[in-house]
Amino acid sequence: MTADPRAAADRRTFIPLDPSLAPPGTRAFRDAGGIPADQWHADQNGETLVPTHCCFCGVQCGMYLRVDRRGKVFGVEPRNHDINRMRLCPKGINAYQQVNHPDRLTAPLMRRSRDEEFREVSWEEALDFTVSEIKRIQQTHGNDAFGLLGGASLFSEKTYLVGKFARVALKTRHVDYNGRLCMVSAAGANKLAFGIDRAGNPFSDILLTDCLLIAGSNVGECFPVMTQYVWGARDRGASLIVIDPRETAIARTADIHVALKPGTDSAFFTSVLHVVIEEGLTDEDYLAAHATGWEEVKAKAAEYPPSRAAAICGIPAEQIVQVARTFARAPKAMAWHARGIEHHSQGVENCLTVINLCTATGHIGKPGAGYGTITGQGNGQGGREHGQKADLLPGGRSIMNEEHRRQICEIWGIEESELPPAGTSMMEMVWQMQRREIRGLIGICNNPFVSLPNYRVVKEGYDATEFHAQFDFFLSETAANAHVVLPVTTWAEDEGVMANAEARVVKHNKAQDPPPGVRTDTWAMCELARRLGAGDKFDFPDSRSVFDELRVASAGTVNDYYGITYERLEETGGIAWPCPTTDHPGTPRLFEDGKTYHPDGKIHLQVVEWHPPMDPYDDAYPMSLTTGRTVAHFLSGNQTRRLGALVEQTPRPWAEIHPSHGFRNGEPVRVVTRRGSEVFPALVTEAIRPDTVFVPYHWPVPTAANALTIDALDPRSKIPEYKVCACRVEHAERIDEVPAPPVAPGHVAYPETQVSRTDPLPPTAPQGRGTSERS
Amino acid sequence: MMGRTIFIDPGRCIGCQACVSACRECDSHRGKSMIHLDYTDEGHSVASLPTVCMHCEDPVAPCAEVCPADAILVTADGVVQQADTTRCIGCSNCVNACPFGVPKIDLQAKLQMKCNLCYDRTAYGLAPMCATVCPTGALFYGTVEELQAERPGVQVADTFVFGETEVRTGVAMVVPAERVQWPVPGGLPVVEINGKDVRR
Repeated sequence: MTADPRAAADRRTFIPLDPSLAPPGTRAFRDAGGIPADQWHADQNGETLVPTHCCFCGVQCGMYLRVDRRGKVFGVEPRNHDINRMRLCPKGINAYQQVNHPDRLTAPLMRRSRDEEFREVSWEEALDFTVSEIKRIQQTHGNDAFGLLGGASLFSEKTYLVGKFARVALKTRHVDYNGRLCMVSAAGANKLAFGIDRAGNPFSDILLTDCLLIAGSNVGECFPVMTQYVWGARDRGASLIVIDPRETAIARTADIHVALKPGTDSAFFTSVLHVVIEEGLTDEDYLAAHATGWEEVKAKAAEYPPSRAAAICGIPAEQIVQVARTFARAPKAMAWHARGIEHHSQGVENCLTVINLCTATGHIGKPGAGYGTITGQGNGQGGREHGQKADLLPGGRSIMNEEHRRQICEIWGIEESELPPAGTSMMEMVWQMQRREIRGLIGICNNPFVSLPNYRVVKEGYDATEFHAQFDFFLSETAANAHVVLPVTTWAEDEGVMANAEARVVKHNKAQDPPPGVRTDTWAMCELARRLGAGDKFDFPDSRSVFDELRVASAGTVNDYYGITYERLEETGGIAWPCPTTDHPGTPRLFEDGKTYHPDGKIHLQVVEWHPPMDPYDDAYPMSLTTGRTVAHFLSGNQTRRLGALVEQTPRPWAEIHPSHGFRNGEPVRVVTRRGSEVFPALVTEAIRPDTVFVPYHWPVPTAANALTIDALDPRSKIPEYKVCACRVEHAERIDEVPAPPVAPGHVAYPETQVSRTDPLPPTAPQGRGTSERS
Repeated sequence: MMGRTIFIDPGRCIGCQACVSACRECDSHRGKSMIHLDYTDEGHSVASLPTVCMHCEDPVAPCAEVCPADAILVTADGVVQQADTTRCIGCSNCVNACPFGVPKIDLQAKLQMKCNLCYDRTAYGLAPMCATVCPTGALFYGTVEELQAERPGVQVADTFVFGETEVRTGVAMVVPAERVQWPVPGGLPVVEINGKDVRR
């Protein structure tokens, strides 16, 4: 405790503090919902606050958008919402700047071939051209020659429309979405083991746990606001285990930081299970009552003693024993994982080994005990529930299941014979474009030129299409390559729901009218459908009407939204599905009754065999390249690379490398893989494994990590192996300038986003990863 | 230490710069951040530490004491305000006087700018922008009792020593409970002045 200031009589004078003059308490302030009793003094200026949520990651922090008297969004105000309790990260704070950004597209852009320049045209002309091209391609090459790629940053209503539009209006089987690059491994594993695809516990359970295991998740940078729960658990004495090849901000103070070699996660977790079994720490009663396949899993775990796994993972064997004891002996333990273990050719298997570990120790479905999957995109969870995934129909129904097909055809009012079969995944669609099997494409809310692996293949695939249209509100690198770009709304100009990482459905509200010339994605899709002759099935004036159909379409399924209404969401601040009736409180925690969503109600444990990553190491490519995010940017950077504050914070990518390689900080280094090579400034730090290089992936070529990554896919989830490929690092002459984000013709690139793109040194902003050598 | 103040806990900081961005949103100096976010052990660790104005109580506001224009005023509740724009002459005396390196000079405007504990917000009962948004609670606004209720066993310090000078501040720092040093050593020891060894 501090000394009483008044006790120091011999000190110099100080200003006596009158407590009555101190501002009233934050606690009372927070209790009041973040708005003082006298309302905002700014109200005098006609300012209003619109409650909504952030548009970026899967935490879905609540925020208010400040709207001026002209009805324009001009700022942000923290909001006391259950999820984030006033907290925001730099992306959330700066998100509002997109809304009235000078780079916004305000008229459709069109060109008849890629050799021409874009010209601004009317919506009428752009839609007519799009529809005539769709018809031309489909009549010549069949319906399946036209594809649709959606996104997981869309509201759930729009993701539902993407799936319906593809199957009912385009009548194509080729529809998929960019969540395929994000969370499908966890989804596949959860479906296999539990029969339901979502995190088992809410964030608030982290505060109750005794041991928190975080695997492959840089929480401090990618989900910063979730960190308060991690620290909250530590305040209450929980031990923290972090599994990551880099020493991240949460690994820095973890009790155990396992810096394993990328691509070895399943061997590690199976070995941890081996130790748990050896030491008799399994919960046999729980396993007997609630799991199947335990004997097989046990037999497989016997093949992974710590000595073997330690050699595979490049870590001391004691760490495996330590993790096993800490996790299994804790009265309540939780495991959370993210892309770090999912972005692999064995991504599903990695997640299964985590589930096996949680189940074997009985840490499932209790307050403070369970598992969680951290969605990357704002609607990463909701985006795959309502039918924009190649193999799914609304309500998480399977498109291969006759019964499910029948139910949806009834709701959509089409014949079952008209409903196309399952399509292919996003990366496979790009391969099909390369092979000219898919000749036309509409992309909504995605930017594969930056976000898909092996850029060369992606560029070839897109260039081979005869027609390509993109919906976006900024001209993304992908849109700049299209024939038609349709200017659509940002998240602040429409209402809709998203489901966050806890499967809590939250409502985003409309804060301002779209700028003139901008329409909602819903309107654009319905209008296209009308011109394709399916207008009667797309009579949706707004998000609410889509949501009402979505509720009905999900009723009675595992992903039951029927009981969720806009009014309830506004009242409660979020409801976790399944929620079958309008008086149902939602399901924040799964399996509390010990039953899973399989017909037998059990957890189906799966046997997992580790195999090396797809890209083999050899003398020419001895190191591992791994990729990821940085705190200031989001996914392909199409939004965040245009916001001055975020560009200033992290203007360019870098190659993070251990000092043992002899490179100096800021020196240009060439990272070479079998797909290509790129030059980055070296960021020399001891906070990474010596055999691993890390490059953040938010930038386009010539500074793109994804020009180097491998397009190998997980056989089950079809997620690309972003997190590991073989590489080498060489000296280079000079680094490339980061290209400015593309802008529409007639616009000039916003000067603020040009700042420091030519800085030859790595940014110091990567959370303290610079070195003292920065001159 | 003020009744209701900011507590800085470097152990919780993840260096995300949410406070830096939030500070720019504050209406009293919109577009400019007054937060200093330092990476203390670059290249070896990802450790980071936010610095806001410490609102010195004793000696009261060294920055204000050295101001030749009486531009820096201290309010009755202990908040050291940003330089009054009608008085500030941009001389940088405050920058040199501050033991924590807080004030900044806007060279173009010839004005000093610094953290004023978001007086436009705290005066209306809101928490400062940085402590409101900090995702990890590395910046916490409230009373010491509120802090201890939220984080059992937390230890704070508000006295720092620079050479032979002790400074007691209005903003407090969380210190490791098992290694409480009183007062907290601040800055680096002075070893030479004008080439002359002054160590005794």
